[in-house]
Amino acid sequence: MSANEVKHAGLNLGDTDEVTHEQAGEGIFGFWVFLMSDAIVFALLFATYGVMLPGTAGGPTPASEYDMKSAFIETLLLLTSSFTFGLASIAMKHELGRVRLQFWLGITLLLGLAFLGFELHDFASMFSDGAYGSRSGYLSSFFGLVPLHGLHVFFGSLWIVVMMVQVSWFGLDARVKINLLRLGLFWHFLDIVWVGIFSVVYLQGLI
Amino acid sequence: MSGPNAGKRHEITTYVIGYVAALVLTGAAFGAVHWHWFADTTTTLAVVFGLALVQIIVHFRFFLHISFSRSARDDLQLILFSTLIVALMVGGTIVILLNLRARMM
Repeated sequence: MSANEVKHAGLNLGDTDEVTHEQAGEGIFGFWVFLMSDAIVFALLFATYGVMLPGTAGGPTPASEYDMKSAFIETLLLLTSSFTFGLASIAMKHELGRVRLQFWLGITLLLGLAFLGFELHDFASMFSDGAYGSRSGYLSSFFGLVPLHGLHVFFGSLWIVVMMVQVSWFGLDARVKINLLRLGLFWHFLDIVWVGIFSVVYLQGLI
Repeated sequence: MSGPNAGKRHEITTYVIGYVAALVLTGAAFGAVHWHWFADTTTTLAVVFGLALVQIIVHFRFFLHISFSRSARDDLQLILFSTLIVALMVGGTIVILLNLRARMM
């Protein structure tokens, strides 16, 4: 069995830590199954949103509620956080020092929190326009889809904090490394869902 | 040129390529809507959805390191099966409910 063999999605540890790499395959595959089932949940919420879009019931419409600048800033924040998580994964894999790993995890966390701040600000301004979930079918489906993604980002941020604590308490043992690989998959996956949200929800509403 | 160091450079390059490609695709999608590059809204929508699809593939390839030739078989089969389920359920939902809407209006 070659050390460089690709055993699972995401960054593989084969060429730097063969022992962890041997253990990673199964554990990561289980998490990958969860991510794909989560993807199906999101896909169906997208379908619901698409069907509900004309159902504004005389209330607020997408064009009146969405703010393109804010959506663009949120996109850049989340995309950059995905990139900085990649740099954290590389620091973990090649053992470039715990300080560097913690630094990139910290930057990713700050970008994630900034994203949540902008998103909450968006929701607050929608509420102040009377655009809340029970107003129309369109708004129900909006508040089913977009805040669910925000909730994922929130728990992802919490998970980053947990991993920063684990790295400083336990060091980089096999368990911590595999947890970091899973968190990486989760974080990159959230960015993929956001690509769908900014295209299907925000840009479609603003055309 | 092999071993962990060459591997590290290659991996960093992979993430940088993914990041730059995603930035360009995002910029193109927002630009097309903001500056009304296409007169027709249907064309704009098709372009935005097309760019999103390309960007999702870029994310899978460069951030999640999934590709047809190198991935573990189980991962790839799971993705393809999930894609099939998503296509059936999303496609079915949209066809049936939009048809119902058209009949009720």
